[in-house]
Amino acid sequence: MRVLSLAGRRLAASIPTLILILVGVFLLLQFAPGDTVDAMMAQMGGGDARTAEDLRRFYGLDLSVSAQLGNYLWRLVRFDLGFSAIYGKPVATVIAERLPATILLMTASLSFAFFFGLILGVIAARGVNKWPDTLISTVGLIFYATPSFWFGLMAIVVFSIYLQWLPAGGLSDITSTATGIRAVLDTARHLILPTLTLGLIFLAIYLRIMRASMLEVLNLDFVRTARSKGLDETRIITRHVLRNALLPMVTLIGLQAGTMLGGSVVVESVFSLPGLGRLAYESVVQRDLNTLLGIIFVSALLVITVNFIVDLIYARLDPRITTGV
Amino acid sequence: MEIVRAYFRSPAAIVGLFLLLVVIAMAASASWLFPRDPLALAGRPLVWPFTNPRFPLGTDNSGRDIAAQIFYGARISLLIGGVATVIAVLIGIVIGAVSGYYGGWVDNVLMRITEAFQTLPNFLLLLVLIAVFGSNINTVIIAIGIVSWPAPARLTRAEFLSLRNREFVQAGRTLGLKDLKLIFGEILPNALPPVIVYASVVMAVSILLESALAFLRLSDPNVASWGNLIGLGRDVLRVQWYVSAIPGIAILLTVLAVSLVGQGLNDALNPRLKGR
Repeated sequence: MRVLSLAGRRLAASIPTLILILVGVFLLLQFAPGDTVDAMMAQMGGGDARTAEDLRRFYGLDLSVSAQLGNYLWRLVRFDLGFSAIYGKPVATVIAERLPATILLMTASLSFAFFFGLILGVIAARGVNKWPDTLISTVGLIFYATPSFWFGLMAIVVFSIYLQWLPAGGLSDITSTATGIRAVLDTARHLILPTLTLGLIFLAIYLRIMRASMLEVLNLDFVRTARSKGLDETRIITRHVLRNALLPMVTLIGLQAGTMLGGSVVVESVFSLPGLGRLAYESVVQRDLNTLLGIIFVSALLVITVNFIVDLIYARLDPRITTGV
Repeated sequence: MEIVRAYFRSPAAIVGLFLLLVVIAMAASASWLFPRDPLALAGRPLVWPFTNPRFPLGTDNSGRDIAAQIFYGARISLLIGGVATVIAVLIGIVIGAVSGYYGGWVDNVLMRITEAFQTLPNFLLLLVLIAVFGSNINTVIIAIGIVSWPAPARLTRAEFLSLRNREFVQAGRTLGLKDLKLIFGEILPNALPPVIVYASVVMAVSILLESALAFLRLSDPNVASWGNLIGLGRDVLRVQWYVSAIPGIAILLTVLAVSLVGQGLNDALNPRLKGR
């Protein structure tokens, strides 16, 4: 219960942050050249000034900035993100359609990066300064320096064009009418390349942190105690070292959640996935500022949620946090 | 001298420095080797690399010399990496220093703002800034600097928190030094080394951020940027994949060079942490 109240307090503390972000970005968007009405008029192929004026009044754009901001925040409290003139739907609907793909991609990439980062980090730390360590660390450095979108393009060239093993984009095969398990497998096949592309840089970061953290914990007294008790090495690693060495990794998930969401903008564009990141890109290009603001709000919420979950995991891994030491 | 010797003891750091020098040499020799505008039409489009001695790395979709774009692109990448990093580190140092030195409500307010910046995915904020202020190369550089300052700020703050009650600071205070003088004259020089090492990370990320923007065609189309070329090559990826492949390798090697130099500096400055 204490865990929940602790994490809950952290959650409550993030509400001012959320308001700060919204107000800041809202004010920033006031400087944007042209508003939604301009974009709509351009889409309609132009129109007279009166129509524009009517539309502005309809969307409440003729009010003062502070009144507009007040309106926006008041509507947000009721979970109304406004209306997207470009898509002709409420922003909340547009975002809800795009959110699953992004969450799927992020979860897959995070699991991939975390799992392999952990294993490679442990292998590197156990053979520190020997060839497996050198190899893994070098590969990690190269992954870290690779622009994700470029890796994605090259993966398409190799796996989709030359070898024709994997699809080059989209979330499912449009010609297939498969349902149930076949449809799930189809989506999984489409997600392999995007997951690798987005996860690569995080894999590099995780394996580096895991290696450092393992090396640190391996030098602590309780590990020496465990060794002198006569425990075998595998048991020491899995039961004693790993649990402690995992803490910085878990912290990192929370810190990197935002970066990963940002990375999904690029990856979703490369693989034309219908996700939140791609929506953000499209709304920038189409000057759909209402949708952009909605995406900012939802992404901030997503990051805060990830951090909330990280807090819970953290408390579970390290009981000292809950006993308040 | 000791630091220089410690730096050159690591082979990775030497490789990094060598790569960085190559990139700098490319940037410096660009207008001498390729006196013509790199974005001007040079020959037939889509000439494969190593087939025509006039275009060692081939030409892109519209017949522009890829080698020239790579050399001029080195300038843009170094410019972006350098200037955006200076902006981010300067903002970070000022905010972190003030926050860590004064503590209390100043610290609270500034850390709230930092937290807001860190909660918002920085690439999304970058998109918003580009949408609002346009994609001129100067705007792009400043925008990248603005989204990258929170991490250096937190680092500086942490250093200040551990330094502000040390004896030399108390001595300075007893001598009647002003706050400004204490912050920038006494504490900052001691807090600087880790921040400078971290600047290499900021620089690597800045180069990657710009290339991603350029790939999405949201950066300045009128400069020879590596990211622009990758975005262009995407249209002909199916057969002429080299148009995208070559600039990507250039980005990879540059970012690798910057990271290796940063790591080498880190190991040289903190020998205790070596091998981590």
